[in-house]
Amino acid sequence: MTETAADRAWFEQAVLSVLPELLGTARRLAKNREDAEDLAAEAVSRAWLHRASLREPDRFAGWILRILTNLFLSRRRMDASRPEETYLDEEVEFSLFERLHQPFLLWWGTPEQEFLDRLLREDLVRAIEALPERFRVVVVLADVQGFSYGEIAGSLEVPIGTVRSRLARGRALLQKALWEHACDAGLRTQTPQARPEHA
Amino acid sequence: MSDPKPITCDEALRLLAEFLDGELHFDTREGLTQHLEVCRSCFSRAEFERRLKAEINRLGREEITPGFEARVRRLLGSFTTSSAGEQAGGSQT
Repeated sequence: MTETAADRAWFEQAVLSVLPELLGTARRLAKNREDAEDLAAEAVSRAWLHRASLREPDRFAGWILRILTNLFLSRRRMDASRPEETYLDEEVEFSLFERLHQPFLLWWGTPEQEFLDRLLREDLVRAIEALPERFRVVVVLADVQGFSYGEIAGSLEVPIGTVRSRLARGRALLQKALWEHACDAGLRTQTPQARPEHA
Repeated sequence: MSDPKPITCDEALRLLAEFLDGELHFDTREGLTQHLEVCRSCFSRAEFERRLKAEINRLGREEITPGFEARVRRLLGSFTTSSAGEQAGGSQT
């Protein structure tokens, strides 16, 4: 294949146009900004190196985000110095909706929707960053990247059942963190005391 | 084609995450969709979870600082077709 200056210019433009997504995903995976920028920059280098594998230019964004994700995961596997995580054996069941929802307010208020209206990006970022890595990675791949369970299982080299359970635990921990933050920061909607539905 | 089997609220809540993740098989998805059309409580829960998922999805974009953009532009300028990507520049590992 003969490459032209136009091909190169196209690659540069494609990279620059997805930079916010590239850094955003890197930031959620790598946690701190410095590591995220290194990860995103290396993904750009890898993408250039492997550009011949891009079959559909329209799918450049998904292609380079997958390169970034695979890079993060391969580094993570190779990092023998990484401390062992404390593994949560117990099931984590927590529903933010159940804490917020008040059926008796059905027709004139939805505290759970108001809660989301008040939620700041920083609140969510903090809650995701607080997740243990094994849960954070699965939540990011599913909810930020939009990977299927099968794709996550393949990327992480774990059974699909493990993906399901980590995702459920990760989301429960995330919602619990948001609830605790809401209680601390006074984000909860002020509502009348609950009373029996059939009173 | 027969109608999907009706499902209960407990089943609906158990299936909700996979439904929102697009992981349910057609028949189950149809059954849950029908349930959400008639059950306000489960519908409210589904809407909440859907919106929270969308909020998380938005975290996939990050504001680019001029410094980082300049770094990436320098990196892109360093690529040549003969030594593609070998001047990774960005990696400090």
